Amino acid sequence: MSTRLATGGRLLNKDKAVRFTFNGQQMRGFEGDTLASALLANDQMLVGRSFKYHRPRGIVAAGPEEPNALVNLGVEGKFEPNQRATTTELFEGLLATSQNHWPSLEFDVGAINAKLSRFMPAGFYYKMFIHPRPLWKHVYEPFIRQAAGLGQAPKGRDQDTYEHFYAFCDVLVVGGGIAGLIAARSAAKTGARVLLIEQTVHWGGRAPVDGGEVGGKPVDNVVDELVSELKALPNVTMRTRTMGAGVYDHGYVLAYERLTDHAPEADGPRHRLWRIRAGHVVTATGAIERPLSFAGNDIPGVMLASAVRDYVVNYGVSPGDRTVIVTNNDDAYRTASALKAAGLDVPAILDARVLPVDSPLVAQAKAAGIRVLMGHGVSKVLGGKRVTGVAVCSQAGEGAVLEEIACDAVAMSGGWSPVVHLWSHCGGKLLWDNDFAMFRPDVDKAPTGADGSAFVSPAGSANGHFGLAELVGDAHAMGHTAARSTGHNPGKAAAPDAISVEEAAMAPVWLMPQGAGPTLRGKAWLDYQNDVKVSDVQLAAQEGFESVEHAKRYTTLGMATDQGKLSNINGLAILSDALNQPIPQTGTTTFRPPYTPISMGAIAGEARGKVFQPVRRTPLHDWHDANGADWEPVGHWRRPYAYVRSGESVHDAVMRETKNVRENLGLLDASTLGKLIVKGPDAGKFLDMLYTNMMSTLKPGKCRYGLMCSENGFLIDDGVVARIDQDSFLCHTTTGGAERIHGHMEEWLQTEWWDMQVYVANVTEQYAQIAVVGPNARKALEALGGMDVSAEGLGFMEWADGTLGGFDVRAYRISFSGELSYEIAVGASEGQAFWDALMVVGADLGVMPYGTETLHILRAEKGFIMIGDETDGTVIPQDLGLHWALSKKKDDYLGKRAQQRSHMADPERWKLVGLETVDGSVLPDGAYAVADGTNDNGQRNMQGRVTSSYHSPNLNKGIAMGLVLHGPDRMGEVIEFPGTDGTTYKAKIVSPVFYDPDGEKQNV
Amino acid sequence: MSSATSALNGATWSDGIATVTEAPLQGMITLRGAFSDAKVKKAATSVAGVDMPGQGQANCVETRGICWMSPDELLVLCPYDTVGTNIEKMQAVLGDQHSLCVDVSDARGVFDLSGPRAREVLAKLVPVDLAPDQFTFGMFRRTRMAQVPAAFWLHEDDTFRIICFRSQAQYVFDLLITAAQPGSDVNFF
Repeated sequence: MSTRLATGGRLLNKDKAVRFTFNGQQMRGFEGDTLASALLANDQMLVGRSFKYHRPRGIVAAGPEEPNALVNLGVEGKFEPNQRATTTELFEGLLATSQNHWPSLEFDVGAINAKLSRFMPAGFYYKMFIHPRPLWKHVYEPFIRQAAGLGQAPKGRDQDTYEHFYAFCDVLVVGGGIAGLIAARSAAKTGARVLLIEQTVHWGGRAPVDGGEVGGKPVDNVVDELVSELKALPNVTMRTRTMGAGVYDHGYVLAYERLTDHAPEADGPRHRLWRIRAGHVVTATGAIERPLSFAGNDIPGVMLASAVRDYVVNYGVSPGDRTVIVTNNDDAYRTASALKAAGLDVPAILDARVLPVDSPLVAQAKAAGIRVLMGHGVSKVLGGKRVTGVAVCSQAGEGAVLEEIACDAVAMSGGWSPVVHLWSHCGGKLLWDNDFAMFRPDVDKAPTGADGSAFVSPAGSANGHFGLAELVGDAHAMGHTAARSTGHNPGKAAAPDAISVEEAAMAPVWLMPQGAGPTLRGKAWLDYQNDVKVSDVQLAAQEGFESVEHAKRYTTLGMATDQGKLSNINGLAILSDALNQPIPQTGTTTFRPPYTPISMGAIAGEARGKVFQPVRRTPLHDWHDANGADWEPVGHWRRPYAYVRSGESVHDAVMRETKNVRENLGLLDASTLGKLIVKGPDAGKFLDMLYTNMMSTLKPGKCRYGLMCSENGFLIDDGVVARIDQDSFLCHTTTGGAERIHGHMEEWLQTEWWDMQVYVANVTEQYAQIAVVGPNARKALEALGGMDVSAEGLGFMEWADGTLGGFDVRAYRISFSGELSYEIAVGASEGQAFWDALMVVGADLGVMPYGTETLHILRAEKGFIMIGDETDGTVIPQDLGLHWALSKKKDDYLGKRAQQRSHMADPERWKLVGLETVDGSVLPDGAYAVADGTNDNGQRNMQGRVTSSYHSPNLNKGIAMGLVLHGPDRMGEVIEFPGTDGTTYKAKIVSPVFYDPDGEKQNV
Repeated sequence: MSSATSALNGATWSDGIATVTEAPLQGMITLRGAFSDAKVKKAATSVAGVDMPGQGQANCVETRGICWMSPDELLVLCPYDTVGTNIEKMQAVLGDQHSLCVDVSDARGVFDLSGPRAREVLAKLVPVDLAPDQFTFGMFRRTRMAQVPAAFWLHEDDTFRIICFRSQAQYVFDLLITAAQPGSDVNFF
């Protein structure tokens, strides 16, 4: 059984016990424990069930590479699935549950899948669920969705907060192990601004566990000294609990800081996403030990050799009284020493190699009395929910059992793989190292920046240097490289001396024993999390999935949340073997960010709740809100759709407002309409090019409605242009058009017509603009008093500056409703006061505010088009009968040439008409009119569609506009619009101007 | 006129690691023109009472100042109630020179973000190097603040003055107080 040792545990504070709960059971650990070490200390070896076969699974690793020990953490608003126990710091009250089992971890019905495993090989789902077709949607998919997944999806709203932080530095060092510390120091000594980040809470990485000497001192002392030295440097920032998640172009790096995962009651954000711009990145990301592929290598109690010594040394946890070590390299012998030093038994070391001469580490083990079996391996691990022993075989054979050794744990080591993820994210290439059987960074093919020079340097074991002397030297040099590339002079500072322990060469072992038959291969796991075995990868190769990317997807190797940190190299070695080609020819799959999963909250940052998205408010927003506004989003703006009174439906409110504008007086908040000042000697010429009609002939004091098209001839915006003086125009745009048309103008001025003398300013938000509309509009303004707003003093399509009710205003006499109408612009800061004044004088005149839906109905009654309703990016002015707005006097305007193309000039283009249902009902918006016959695809032919449709309370019937084939020539004809409700609407083609066709009401 | 109110009516908040206050209405005039022209420079400097700033700079003293917006655009700051007369003065100086001079005072929201943690609160929202030796007095930055455009400069020690669009003032205020929530110290600068 696994248990807490009486001594040891360098990271623990044994004075502080911490209580936590696993699957409802109270347990105890110490401050400094990870959840994994605390579970082991409580003899909780079984921590989860595997994804596909529901095999019992235990803790394998001690770091972020852990594939098995994934748990649900917390409850409700603090619930989070798939959290790695090995990277979860223990805290008082931690609540964890295991995943992927029913009804319980100990007894899981899903384990039946394991018995069926021979019927569920790689590609099983693809092969099985393809026939018969309809079953996929109704039977297979729901079933698989039910069965799939590890943790549960969170149901509660996330209680925590998150944020981003923008940081800049010359040199970013990712990884706070001995290599990262040394690289950071050598860079910092040059004066470079250094940011050093470490994913765990401790500095030093593996060095204090693995030992050795640097500069004549024990390496753990050296770590402490380096940390103190770096902390004292003003140009160095150090962060623990901060993982380098991804490296992107131009030295952009994302780092993921976990602020309160270990202290959930603390104030402040839970995670912080660092958005770093670094001049140069040093990836001192260390290395990950590889498992060995032997039968039963997934039984709880089989662990990485390095993890075993981590648990013993760092946490004072024994994985078992007796641990058999199985290895293909010298490093695992360090685990034997650590176990022995803790007073634990190592019954045997099974070394797949046959060494001619004992290396120092082998000799040391033998001298300590450990039985070393060279040329041997594990035939299979004995046990079910935990290890009970190993069956020993010859590595060279097929697995014939030579003897069985009883044990509680197996420590395996298949060699080490540098963590090349961050190096690779932005294009760093790898090369195959035959001596260590691993991919390492090819420093000559680094990720490059805009200037073509490298901006990432790997350091230490992440660069394939494992001996302490080589590692320290490399890290020192890479720190200098990084400093130099950011313009700092490293001088001649030398690397500290260190001594590497001599190690015998490792031997690549991809399958144990090398001749393992189908039975053993079918129990030799490569990917623990996704349940991929050696036999699956071999089958994929056999079935033709030869590319590593195909084999990955077919078998799901490396596709789990650990992204194959333990399995990828072993898997592609098996694939290479099956394809009979060298490993480098097979290559690796692509390394993509993030290095380990980061929270969705961290990605969203502050953008949730009230700052999820910027809502743009007009100066009258609060008034609208307090007066029943039913809000409509228009771009980022919120506009009142209608002002709903108590007891009214929204529809009722719209009908009331629409009638009231025609009969009395309506006020509309039109502040969102774009207002662009265009000024300069060439302003008229410029606007003549932008608008389809002539603007340069407009007289100061006058207004003109204009259309704007793209170069391709399509309508993009419309609005009223007012000429302010000889050189200045004010162009109104649609609400959504303000920024877009401003950009459009600047683009033409800056890129094509840079010789025109024109300046543009967007003054949309400078003004509150209020439409005063209805038969009583003039009376209301006259009641405010001030400027002359009479029919003679301010004619239709004129504007004037003046005062009203003591406010400085600019009054435009323009109408989008067909009523007597003024739009009054007043400084935004006075908008509310002016609106209040209008409401007061309007009280006796039947004033009511009205919303956007009333605006729409009023304009539809008059047959005025709306950008976005009658237009959709494919409509040209000619389609809408707006020929009168297309100047024939001008040589050119944007869109003119495009509109002469054959397709644009085609008489078959659908044209705008009014539509009136024969029974007065409302046509469904967007409905299509059907024609006889079918097209080449066998679909019903169409002859038109509805672009706007409303019930008009003034006309007391449904009115609509639409685009219809030969529409203007077919007045009076009835066409059919099938609705989605199964009924067919019959509508008569009529003029789009339903109300006051002579315009008498607006001209009073 | 007395009825003029700023977007958030002077809202203020100080329950976290920095203080956020909406500044009173600030006079702002957009001036576009060729900086090489003496009249354009004089139009700006004569009403602001400060020197022309260099690229990416702002010269601001209390409610007067000039901010460099782009190679042909300045933001001239002056007391709110003097904007009208100042535009007239500027136009008189500019004469026939091709230029644009327009009141944008009401189109903006202005905030002061202050306190020893102001730099790092701002650094949560804008992609700008705000290290004390990198963002210094006299610098002016137009940038993106979370999801909206904004501009800012160091107004006093530990106080940034931030300009945004008026319609987004509430969003920016909420953003700043979110970024300044208690316990969110970064300790980076």
